Amino acid sequence: MMIDYGTLRGLIALLILALFIIIVVWSYSKKRKNAFDEAANSIFEEDKEKTELSDVNSKQESNKNV
Amino acid sequence: MSQSNASSVDYNFDVVRQFTVMTVIWGIFGTLVGVLIAAQLIWPALNFETPWLTYSRLRPLHTNAVIFAFGTSALFATSYYVVQRTCKTTLFGGKLASFTFWGWQLVIVLAAITLPMGYTSSKEYAELEWPIDILIAVVWISYAIVFFGTLVKRKTSHIYVANWFFGGFILTVAVLHIGNSMVIPVSMMKSYSIYSGAIDAMMQWWYGHNAVGFLLTAGFLGIMYYFVPKQAERPVYSYRLSIVHFWALVSLYIWAGPHHLHYTALPDWAQSVGMVMSIVLFLPSWGGMINGIMTLSGAWHKLRHDPILRFLIVSLSFYGMSTFEGPMMAIKSVNALSHYTDWTIGHVHSGALGWVAMVSIGAMYHLIPVLFNQGRMYSIKLINVHFWLHTTGIVLYIVAMWISGVMQGLMWRAVNTDGTLTYSFVESLTASYPFYFIRFVGGVLVVAGFLLMAYNMFKTIYAKDDSLKPVAIG
Repeated sequence: MMIDYGTLRGLIALLILALFIIIVVWSYSKKRKNAFDEAANSIFEEDKEKTELSDVNSKQESNKNV
Repeated sequence: MSQSNASSVDYNFDVVRQFTVMTVIWGIFGTLVGVLIAAQLIWPALNFETPWLTYSRLRPLHTNAVIFAFGTSALFATSYYVVQRTCKTTLFGGKLASFTFWGWQLVIVLAAITLPMGYTSSKEYAELEWPIDILIAVVWISYAIVFFGTLVKRKTSHIYVANWFFGGFILTVAVLHIGNSMVIPVSMMKSYSIYSGAIDAMMQWWYGHNAVGFLLTAGFLGIMYYFVPKQAERPVYSYRLSIVHFWALVSLYIWAGPHHLHYTALPDWAQSVGMVMSIVLFLPSWGGMINGIMTLSGAWHKLRHDPILRFLIVSLSFYGMSTFEGPMMAIKSVNALSHYTDWTIGHVHSGALGWVAMVSIGAMYHLIPVLFNQGRMYSIKLINVHFWLHTTGIVLYIVAMWISGVMQGLMWRAVNTDGTLTYSFVESLTASYPFYFIRFVGGVLVVAGFLLMAYNMFKTIYAKDDSLKPVAIG
C-alpha cells in the first residue's frame, strides 16, 4: 500500500491528538482521583515522620496550625 | 508509596550543597557581567579599549553565565535534591554525581576564559567551541544517567510530577545540544556548522527556543511543583492538571522556534507554523501558572509573613506575564514592530529575572537551611530586603526596555510622505539613552540583592548546627 508523505504526517498528527485526549480523560477519570491525591501529598510524608520522631519542625516562617 | 523507614535513607546531599552554593556565586557573577555591559551601552569607554572587555565578547559571557552557570546549577541542585527525596533513595552512580559537579564547573570556567578571548561559534546561547561542546555532552549524559538511574531504583511506586519535568528537560537538552552542535572542526578552536543557510538558522532556533522551553521552563516548573507546595505546606492545587500540563507543554514547545525567524529566508509556511504553535503554547503555560498560584488558595495570608513564598509566587506571576507576552510577540504583525528592538530584551528579562531567577532564589532559600542542618535562614529580614531589591530591579528593567523597544520600533518604521525614513538609526539610539540608564539602575539592584543572598547564605552555613530555630508567626 502506498501512503504519501503528507498523508502520513496528517495521520501522525491525528494519532498524537488522540493520545493527548486519552491522557486528559485518563488523568481526570474518577478512578484515578485517590491515587493522585496520594501522590500530591507524598512530598509531605517524610516531614510528618520527622515531626513525630523529634518534634522538630524543619519549616521556617509559618504557622503550623494553618 | 507507603515506605516506613524513609527518614533513615542516607541521601547524597554533598553534591546538592555544592551546586547550591555555586548557584548563588554564579548568580552574582552572571548579573555583574550583565550590569557591566549595560553600563557599556551608556558609557562605551568602559571597555577600556581592551579587546576582551568589549561588549561583543562579554555579552555571550553574560548569557552563558546566567543560563548555564546560575540557572543550570540551580537545576542540578534542585533536581538532585527532589529526585532523592521523592524517590526515597540516594543518587544512582556514586561518584558520577560528583563528576557532573566538577565537570560542569570546568565547562563554566572554560566559557569564562574562551568567550572573552573571542572564541565563538557565533550561535546564540551555543557560542562555545567544539572541544567544550563535547565536554558539555559528556557531563550532560552523566547527569541523565544519575537522574534516570535514581528514578529506576526508586523506593516509591509513583514518580512525583516534578521529576517528570526534570526528566523531560534533561532528555530534551541532550538532544538539542548534540543536534545543534554538529560541526566540522578545522582547528582546536574553530569549527563550521554542518548545516547551511536557512537550515542552519532553523536548527539554531529550534535549539535556541527549546533551550528556553525546556531548560528555562520545564526544568524550573519541576522546581515549582516541588518547592511551592513544600513552602506553602499544602499539596499542589490539581495533580491532574499537572499531568495534562506536562504533556501539553512538552508536545507543543518543540514547534515554536521559527518565530525567531519571522520575515527572514525561512519559508513562509514554517514561519506561520511557528506563529500558530507559539500562540497555542499560551494554554499549557497558563494552566501551569494557575496550578502553581492556586496552590495557595485558602492560604493567601502566608504571603504576608513568608518572603520565601513571596519569591516563589511572584515568580509565577512573572511567568504568566512573559508567557502571555511571548505568544503575542510571536504574531507576525506584532513581531514586525518588536523584532530587533529592546522590547525583546525586556521580554527575555521578565522571564529570566522574574520567572527563572525568582523561583530559583525561593527554592535556594528553602533548601539552604535544610542542607546545612538549620531551622531557618540566618536572617528572614534580609530575604525580605532581597525580595524588594530584586522586584524593584526587574520592574525598572522591563518597563525601561518596553518603552525603549516600542519607541525604537516606531521610529524605525516611520516614513515621510515622500517615502524616505523620518529618523536615522542614530536618532533612535540617542532616544534610548535614558532608558539604558534606568535599565542599568535596575541591574544594580538585582546584583545588590544577590550579594545580600550570599551574605545570608554564608552566615547560615557557618552558624552552629541547629542554632537557628524556626520562627512561628501567627
